[in-house]
Amino acid sequence: MTIKKGIEVSIAIADAAKLARVEVISAYPITPQTHIVEHLSEIVAQGELEANYINVESEHSAMSACCGASATGARTFTSTSAQGLELMHEILFIASGMRLPIVMATVNRALSSPLSIWGDQSDVMAARDTGWIMLFCENGQECVDTTIMAFKIAEDRRVLLPVMINLDGFSLSHVIEPIILPTQEDVDTFLPSYNPAYTLHPDKPVTMGAYAMPELYTEAKFAQETAIRNSKVVIDEVLEDFGKRFGRPYKAVETYNNDDSDFAFIALGSICENIKTSIDDMKSEGKKAGLVQLRLFRPFPDDDFLKAIHGKRRLAIMERAMPGGATYGPLFNEIAALIHTHGLNIATENYICGLGGRDVQPEEFKNVFASPQKGKNITVIGVRE
Amino acid sequence: MAKPMDQYKWHELKVGCVIEEVGNAREYKTGDWRSQKPVHDNTKCTRCSLCWLFCPDSAVYEVKDEYFDTNLDYCKGCGICAKECKPGAITMVEEER
Repeated sequence: MTIKKGIEVSIAIADAAKLARVEVISAYPITPQTHIVEHLSEIVAQGELEANYINVESEHSAMSACCGASATGARTFTSTSAQGLELMHEILFIASGMRLPIVMATVNRALSSPLSIWGDQSDVMAARDTGWIMLFCENGQECVDTTIMAFKIAEDRRVLLPVMINLDGFSLSHVIEPIILPTQEDVDTFLPSYNPAYTLHPDKPVTMGAYAMPELYTEAKFAQETAIRNSKVVIDEVLEDFGKRFGRPYKAVETYNNDDSDFAFIALGSICENIKTSIDDMKSEGKKAGLVQLRLFRPFPDDDFLKAIHGKRRLAIMERAMPGGATYGPLFNEIAALIHTHGLNIATENYICGLGGRDVQPEEFKNVFASPQKGKNITVIGVRE
Repeated sequence: MAKPMDQYKWHELKVGCVIEEVGNAREYKTGDWRSQKPVHDNTKCTRCSLCWLFCPDSAVYEVKDEYFDTNLDYCKGCGICAKECKPGAITMVEEER
């Protein structure tokens, strides 16, 4: 019997990792991710989960320990935020290159400097091309469900790639939401134990992470790229299977009020709930605005996205990260490239919002809808000029 | 590896580039970076074994009951053996290939 109960989202993610029967956790605390690993460490210390919790001195070591653990065939979990993710950066490539199905909850937070502990997505955007599968969550229930699904996606023999679950710092991680935690029995049926293709074991030694000369590196990276592109099929399968079993269907690209509107917001993460509220408000005023929400960001769901923007005349791409000197933000660049290569004639505008924990009010989305920004590269919402 | 690196197609590689054959490093000769190689002059050698001791790659070996020689499959040409050799029995000469 599952019941919906009020629980802090971070605690619920830790409980989801427990339900997934993780075997090794290695993490270093950093706000706003701390509650996830703190709770997991309690669960392990109290003997409620048979797992090794490896304390380390930095995120670089946390991800390194996760790589080692995953290479031995253990189901491995970690979590981080902001500077922690950037300190892991080089090891993120090693995890994906060695095809280690580590699952990490990244609680998205602004990067220093200036120092900020608050939410935005500049951390994950700086790590977006590390070869990890990346999913973005809108609410607490999605975080729990995605944690469980992430292991199934990562460990599939057709995938074998690390998966990052992204959730917005504080606006998701620290709120108490009504959440259904699935039963252990149901999770066990959905998610069998990890059966690795290769393990580090003295009985059958193999070489992992070997050196590749210029004659081989291109082939190795092409194999990895093919794997992440092909993982989309498995991701769709897992989302569908989860929906059937647990009654909460998910799609790689979600739409809201999108069918008869020629304008759509494009966004990732918890900001999508605010956008939906604005869309409802506008609907009551007779204005038609849609939302195309990317739950899956890597591999970029090209086909699903193109279907979702079919017939649109104007898109507002909302990003919680500064471009850092690029012409546009990272999400915009991908979408503009897709629109260009498919010869579509859609006006695209790039809005930067919600940096360093700043709230974006429904009124501001309505302003975006009402006044198109022509001839600008980025428009920063709410900046005092 | 079952065949030379430059003959593998991308789909022939194991997942994550795992190598299943045990002891495969033996097949990888690392001596081809060398620009200089040591030449031993046994008329000057006192068999003190300092070259053998100092070689950071264990590429110097003792020929049974004789003098020392260098395994050029692994020697990187760093010249430490020549530097350490007190009687000057080792000379670094340009590698010609």
